[in-house]
Amino acid sequence: MEKLAPLAVAGPFLIAALFAISMPLSRRRDDIVSIVTASAGVVFVGAMLIDVLSRDVPVVTWVGGWQPRAGVALGISMAFDPLSTSLALLAAVLVCAAFLFAWRYFETPGPIFHALMLVFGGAMAGFCLSGDLFNLFVFFELMSVTAYALTAYRSEESGPLQGALTFAVSNTVGAVFILFGIALLYARTGALNLAQIGVALAHGHADGLVVGAFAFLCIGFMVKAAVVPFHFWLADAYAVAPTPACVIFSGVMSDLGIYAIARVYWTMFDGPFHAHLETLRLVFLLFGGVTALWGAVLCLAQHHLKRLLAFVTISQIGMALIGVGLFSTEGIAAAALLIAADGLLRAGLFVAIGAVIHRTGSVNELRLYRLGRQVPRPLAAIFFAGALGLAGPPFLGAFSGKRVLEHAAIDVGHGWIIVVFVVAAILTAAAVLRAGGRVFLGWGEPAEDDPIPFGRPTGSEVERDDDEAEAETTGAPDTTPPVMIATAGALVAGGLAISLFPALVDKTLDAAARFTDRAAYAAVVLHGAKLPLPDTPNLGVDALAILFGLLSVGGAVGIALAVLSPRHRVRGLVPLRLRGPLRGTYWAVRRLHSGQAGDYVTWLSVGAATFGVLLAAATR
Amino acid sequence: MSPGEGPARRRDSEISLATRRRLFLVSGAVLAALMTWALAGMPAFGDYHGIYGLLLNRVAVPQEHATNVITAVNFDYRGFDTLGEEFILFAAVLGLALILRERRDEEEGPPDDDAVGRQVSGASVAVRLITVALVGPTVLLAGYIIAHGAITPGGGFQGGVIAATALLFVYLGGEYLALRRIRPLPLVEITKATGAAGFVLIGIAGLIWGVAFLDNWLPKGTPGDVFSAGTMQLLSVAVGFEITGGFVLILSEFLDQTIVLRRRRGVRSG
Amino acid sequence: MSFLPFAIAIWIFLVGLYGVVTSHHLVHLVICLSVVQSSTYLLLLGIGYRTNGAASIFVDIPPNTKAVDPVVKALTLTDVVVGAAVTALLLALAVQAQKRFGTLDPDELDPLRD
Repeated sequence: MEKLAPLAVAGPFLIAALFAISMPLSRRRDDIVSIVTASAGVVFVGAMLIDVLSRDVPVVTWVGGWQPRAGVALGISMAFDPLSTSLALLAAVLVCAAFLFAWRYFETPGPIFHALMLVFGGAMAGFCLSGDLFNLFVFFELMSVTAYALTAYRSEESGPLQGALTFAVSNTVGAVFILFGIALLYARTGALNLAQIGVALAHGHADGLVVGAFAFLCIGFMVKAAVVPFHFWLADAYAVAPTPACVIFSGVMSDLGIYAIARVYWTMFDGPFHAHLETLRLVFLLFGGVTALWGAVLCLAQHHLKRLLAFVTISQIGMALIGVGLFSTEGIAAAALLIAADGLLRAGLFVAIGAVIHRTGSVNELRLYRLGRQVPRPLAAIFFAGALGLAGPPFLGAFSGKRVLEHAAIDVGHGWIIVVFVVAAILTAAAVLRAGGRVFLGWGEPAEDDPIPFGRPTGSEVERDDDEAEAETTGAPDTTPPVMIATAGALVAGGLAISLFPALVDKTLDAAARFTDRAAYAAVVLHGAKLPLPDTPNLGVDALAILFGLLSVGGAVGIALAVLSPRHRVRGLVPLRLRGPLRGTYWAVRRLHSGQAGDYVTWLSVGAATFGVLLAAATR
Repeated sequence: MSPGEGPARRRDSEISLATRRRLFLVSGAVLAALMTWALAGMPAFGDYHGIYGLLLNRVAVPQEHATNVITAVNFDYRGFDTLGEEFILFAAVLGLALILRERRDEEEGPPDDDAVGRQVSGASVAVRLITVALVGPTVLLAGYIIAHGAITPGGGFQGGVIAATALLFVYLGGEYLALRRIRPLPLVEITKATGAAGFVLIGIAGLIWGVAFLDNWLPKGTPGDVFSAGTMQLLSVAVGFEITGGFVLILSEFLDQTIVLRRRRGVRSG
Repeated sequence: MSFLPFAIAIWIFLVGLYGVVTSHHLVHLVICLSVVQSSTYLLLLGIGYRTNGAASIFVDIPPNTKAVDPVVKALTLTDVVVGAAVTALLLALAVQAQKRFGTLDPDELDPLRD
């Protein structure tokens, strides 16, 4: 069974190539072929997941049949454990959903769109399942290049052009950092296989080269994941990429950067860095916390719906990074649950927004005031359900992930971080709820009068937002295709359901225990030997978690309502003395998102330098 | 200057150019220090003992009957990487075609000369003769390098790029427009995609044969022979097709932009 | 002396990055980006070098001759192709910018903002 694993990558590639071959001929059945291929992918990866779950150890297959000799890897391994296979499954599901959505969203996207999306899907599968460091990099670059191409889909508009440009420049610099890290590790260990490098490093200590390698790898992955201050490209790119592509970008692509950091640490660096976990945690919690808050605060200010979701994505990446940055089994489990739930919810929200764009031709929240009423009621319900799920009400959506994260934070003595991500969750959910309230329910002030006491977009910006939205899709404006509603509904339902099953939490904890066991991974990859699984605790739902869940939802709804209410009521909440400085800092932060590639790369360098210095200090 | 969507204006950025430079210089200095510290732990230059490379140098010839170990690494031991890399170029070319494709509001025509009435001569006879004469040998050389990838320096990537330069010879000889009228582009696209598909299919053939994906299951012959090293040669050819097609597409898209200027209907520049 | 290749790699990386940050011309920016990428080629090849080692091609030398590391060469080959692909894509964007907006200054491109 595992020998077929490369087909998860090669299958979509082949279909994409066939698309390109038949390109000069006339096209008819593009959508059907893509949807069938994507569905086959989901089934295939799902079958692999079931297979993996039935065994106790990661499944390993060597591409090209190159078995390792005496612990030295000759070829490239694909090693998959439940967590990485689940992530691959999430990616496959989202590709399928994106195709279903695009079917009715685009008039004639052309075979290039389909081919690029299929290659993108195959690359993500390869990335999740890879056991080789350079192979990871190749699939990382493949994902990136297809993403650049997809973002530039309508490059005749200035928005997509600039978005694709900053996307490409930022991520390429990130990729160069990754290569530096790979080169350093190869120099020290003479290996490219994750397990083999881990074994080699475990016998050494954390000197400059090892710390540098870890720093560079993390910097590159953090650029992809859009951790602050490497995140500037994401807000621009996700706002202008075609919405079906955004479904995948936001739903899973950013999370893959976080996955990579975890994977790289737990297979290779746990040996030398184990003594420094306490200080390492501080560094990652800093970056994760800042990201979570930055994204949350800025998303409140967005009126462009896709850009709003882009900042929600950034904030939730921060939360996932917090989970990973706790460097414990529970932390990894929390991050996994958050990635799954939040990813599905964000994807569903993007589909819902896409349906609104399709129907009304506008993507600006203020312009859409009340226009969402044209869209069928179920869609509005789905939108609100998704928004609430982001906050994590008890037993829905992000609840499981949050409660495991709370537990994990307290366990390692960093309970203070709970405040950060609860606040972030509240703010992000509030922003989405506010948007939903304005668009679907017609609450709040109409058109130009923005109740947020912070500033307003000019009329011309609203105009241009809508020009871009209209150019993206053409369709019968009288009906919303049921397949869009169904896709949005299925995604949101899936995201909410993650927290319905307590057994899922236990399974995830087991999977996380496996993920963090470096010795077991190395044993099975290099020698085919099984090591016993460590025990994992059972985390029951406690009252504190329910309290936080209710608090999050209550807070989100409360803030949304407050914001939608007339301006003077909100102004009264903010003390007079603070208003000036708050407004100043807020606008300064917002204007940092200047859209200029030079600025973004500068901040990237600043962030890289800071991270490197902190890491060096943390591991001395 | 073509009229755009409105005059392009300089955006006010939060940080001025001077601040940007200063910020970068500081962080650049810190990065330099970090990198130097990291690279100080490297093994001495010229004295590398990486086990992966040493092992492959020793076993590649007897195992795979390929005398070019680098090709063996690329197409056999680490063939999966090459698959990904091939598709990176595939995706990039698709993206490029997407960006530069002719829009509905564009039309083709010869470029205007800003200096009206200037005599522009085509390429001289000597240049035309030499470039046209070189097209054939270039393609032949490319074929040789692709086919002998497993034996001597070369392989699909190198040969493919050489083949693509044949197009540049045509352009230098001034015959590009003539070539374009024949419109071989669909053939080129099919070549590229066939190469990409071919690579995957050869890999899958391994699965059908009962061994692993991308396994080298063909008979390997003797090292140094033209037909040796098993599937490596086939993969090299597939990659050669793909790279040739890809680079010809890239070159022709860019050449189209300059030679056959596309501009909005009813608007003339200059 | 033995640190020199690595020092040059660092230098090229930073110079290229400086060019990207301070660029006023898209084509210049793209070329600087490819300079940044080329620093990794130098790093990789510098790692694998063995003094007096032959190239890892054994067609006319006995198979056990001291040869340089073949893996880094293969990695660099992959890297070069990736770099070329990204450069091509970015240059297409540059052409589009000139065609549509009449400007090649990256700072003048109008971003989508709220």
